[in-house]
Amino acid sequence: MKIAVKVNGRLYESDVEPRTLLAYYLRETLNLTGTHIGCDTTSCGACTVLLDGEAVKSCTVLAVQANGREVMTVEGLEQNGQLHPVQKAFWEAHALQCGYCTPGMLMASYALLQDNPAPTEAEIREALSGNICRCTGYVNIVKAVQLAARELSGEGQEALQEVEAHGASSN
Amino acid sequence: MALRQTELRPLGKPVGRKEDPRLIRGKGRYVDDIMLPNMLHLCVVRSPYAHARIRRIDASAALAAPGVKLVLTGEDLAKMNLAWMPTLAGDRQMVLATEKVLFQYQEVAAVVAETRAQAEDAAQLIEVDYEPLPVVVDPFYALSPEAPILRDDKEKKSNLIFHWEAGDREETEAIFREAPVVVKQDVRFPRVHPSPLEPCGCVADYDTARSKLTFYVTSQAPHAHRTVLALVSGLPEHQIHVISPDVGGGFGNKVPVYPGYVCAIVASLKLGVPVKWIETRTENIASTHFARDYHMTAEIAAREDGKVLALRVKTVADHGAFDGAADPSKFPAGLFSIVTGSYDFKAAFVEVDGVHTNKPPGGVAYRCSFRVTEAAYLIERVMDVLARRLGMDPAELRMRNFIRKEQFPYRSPTGWVYDSGDYEKTLTLALERIGYEELRREQAERRARGEFMGIGISTFTEIVGAGPSHTFDILGLKMFDSAQIRVHPTGKVIARLGVRHQGQGHETTFAQIIAEELGLTVDDVLIEEGDTDTAPYGLGTYASRSTPTAGGAAALCARRIRQKARKIAAHLLEVGEDDVVWDGTAFSVQGLPGRSVTMKDVAFAAYTNVPEGLEPGLEASYYYDPPNLTFPNGAYIAVVDIDKGTGAVKVRRFLAVDDCGTVINPMIVEGQVHGGLTEGFAIAFMQDIPYDADGNCLAPNWMDYLVPTALDTPHWETDRTVTPSPHHPIGAKGVGESPNVGSPAAFVNAVVDALSPLGVEHIDMPIYPWKVWSILRAHGVTE
Repeated sequence: MKIAVKVNGRLYESDVEPRTLLAYYLRETLNLTGTHIGCDTTSCGACTVLLDGEAVKSCTVLAVQANGREVMTVEGLEQNGQLHPVQKAFWEAHALQCGYCTPGMLMASYALLQDNPAPTEAEIREALSGNICRCTGYVNIVKAVQLAARELSGEGQEALQEVEAHGASSN
Repeated sequence: MALRQTELRPLGKPVGRKEDPRLIRGKGRYVDDIMLPNMLHLCVVRSPYAHARIRRIDASAALAAPGVKLVLTGEDLAKMNLAWMPTLAGDRQMVLATEKVLFQYQEVAAVVAETRAQAEDAAQLIEVDYEPLPVVVDPFYALSPEAPILRDDKEKKSNLIFHWEAGDREETEAIFREAPVVVKQDVRFPRVHPSPLEPCGCVADYDTARSKLTFYVTSQAPHAHRTVLALVSGLPEHQIHVISPDVGGGFGNKVPVYPGYVCAIVASLKLGVPVKWIETRTENIASTHFARDYHMTAEIAAREDGKVLALRVKTVADHGAFDGAADPSKFPAGLFSIVTGSYDFKAAFVEVDGVHTNKPPGGVAYRCSFRVTEAAYLIERVMDVLARRLGMDPAELRMRNFIRKEQFPYRSPTGWVYDSGDYEKTLTLALERIGYEELRREQAERRARGEFMGIGISTFTEIVGAGPSHTFDILGLKMFDSAQIRVHPTGKVIARLGVRHQGQGHETTFAQIIAEELGLTVDDVLIEEGDTDTAPYGLGTYASRSTPTAGGAAALCARRIRQKARKIAAHLLEVGEDDVVWDGTAFSVQGLPGRSVTMKDVAFAAYTNVPEGLEPGLEASYYYDPPNLTFPNGAYIAVVDIDKGTGAVKVRRFLAVDDCGTVINPMIVEGQVHGGLTEGFAIAFMQDIPYDADGNCLAPNWMDYLVPTALDTPHWETDRTVTPSPHHPIGAKGVGESPNVGSPAAFVNAVVDALSPLGVEHIDMPIYPWKVWSILRAHGVTE
């Protein structure tokens, strides 16, 4: 089937098997390998992307269902060479270890902050409850989302300065 | 919060991770991200039966299916002498079953096709005619005379794999005969699975023109894998290039060689194109190596005042169909004999029987230094049983029995020599920080109101960092580790190590060690691991061994560089070498503070201006064979509340005080502790892989085998004491496993403590709400 999908702002026209899952389409057809696959039961959330602005697990969406719609993947977070605050916050707060769940966590966190700019810890844990991390124990992921929220809300000048002052240098 | 990577003297500081910039951009390179031209995909056909004879395999329909290029069966592999492969425990395992299958989900055939979907479709078309055989799932039944012998391929016609003993039976028996107090407890450690988020997989790429196999694989031990592959396949070792790219967690699951790897290699050899095999989560849980599954009985002999005298332990260990335990060769039950823990026992005797059943092979050291988790859980659980029997506070009982600071180095009754520790200090800090006395007062008040609140303590000792090589090897490969450091003319460094991280942060922590030793910044040092063509030989990353072994190698290798640098510095400073002093950032002249040269000055001179007679260049390697293991310890306290209506256990607080010796990066250590506690929490409350009587796996995916989410997981509190290892070059001990080793007992002790007014002395993990609910109802407790 022919589909046209806008991914990270760019339009792709492809011919896919009807059974192709969106996760495989992104990874194998478009070579956007930041979206990961960690299970076969829609349990882990490593494949989380935004579909028309909403967080979905791309292992449980068919590529054809994305026809005519917009997808945002982890590769779309960075703009003009600038990391998104949620990416910076994950780095800053040591919210990743092996990094395999990170793209999904980042997208779920990004979606949460779009809807709820000042989430409580309970709301953060709820919003990320579809994403499994086997390394971090979530404490620092929660911290990272709080840090990103402060920065995005503009009250976060302080947080931003903190990141600038102590953030690891980019190399 | 993370610190810049541009500071001098970075050791001990929370430096931000060098790995993260690529990973937060989705630019990691995991095995499944590798897409090569003309690459084919392999799918494994698995047995629906736990024990069955294979009468016939018909692959004709699969071979005719769209896109299919190859079907492999055990018979095909047998012609190449590859139907069997060695396991880490020195047993052998079928790659693809020929005569019979021994566990559900066992590998029976492999299909290679142009796409993954085509391979999966064609796998459905393989017809296997099975004749079901009687199934053995209970290890105790497996040992009985009427049980069928599962491994008729073995010379020894018995389901008993090994009987192993440690300690002194007679001395222990003698103490037990005289002891005023004896407690006994059966303790089960359920079968669990490491379940890293990234499943296992590989891409095998055989280049016929160069006769070279490039093998990308989810590997915690790439060099060991290369050696095993060379021995199994007959390919020359230098023509095998193993690359372990970014690895999405390992936890012990990515130490073994799996049949899918061998099939992908054979397929690539036969077809001359790259072949990718990536398992599903179901395949990962139901066929790759499990952990634990220990049925233990422990007895403690003690005096009335609580002083422990002797420990006796008997264990039946379910190893499944093939003994795939990732244990050092001399230790079929791993380091289980650390079971005397943090306590000064006069004598101990430990025996373990390893048994075959119709289950997947194992068990691996899952975030554990070879069966240490089982040992730590057992002793910490049974110490609480003793405390309850004597009516003593569990903290007081522990303080009374700790190995004292001045007793180190301490020889345990099972023969280990503990390097260092200050157990009293660690527990004292934990008790103070959690507010122990106040919590006990609160507990008494709540109990008076009929509420169930519990406080659980675990004061464990770990044993990590294998070598030393005189004692430790796997399949004959000695367990040392290595580092190679190359300093370039501008003072920039590439260092390569024989281990392979899977999230532990080696690219940062080892850079910190080397930068500290060489007076450079973390930015100056690039760490590379996991490529067997470039990295020095090492045994890999598991069992918390990287810092104790490769971390030691990195420090000593850097010191070797510094020795040569001193000669060059003397030349630049125009003084004798004996007059040169190193202050951590520069060389200067003794007594002349004004003149100094940095390592960068020296590095440039190493290539442009060396003194006469000195070899140019500035590089070194170091193979470090540690003199002993390291012994991290910790004091963990859990506070729980039980919901009388549902039996749900709420972890109100959890404090982990760890002592892993010198801390390289406190941020990373804390992160490791958080992660390990979460896995320990899952094991205590959520995880088990049960089998029914026919050997069907009842938890083969993440719908049934539960992994905690952010919603389930408690908030973790951490602290630490620092008792450096006396023999490690920087005093570090390793920490990644401590929380997974130490925490299950704290959780279970807390729940049992909460339920102790009902007379409960023990509950086996996992503590599902229904178990607690049943206990409450049995005692007439209602909401």
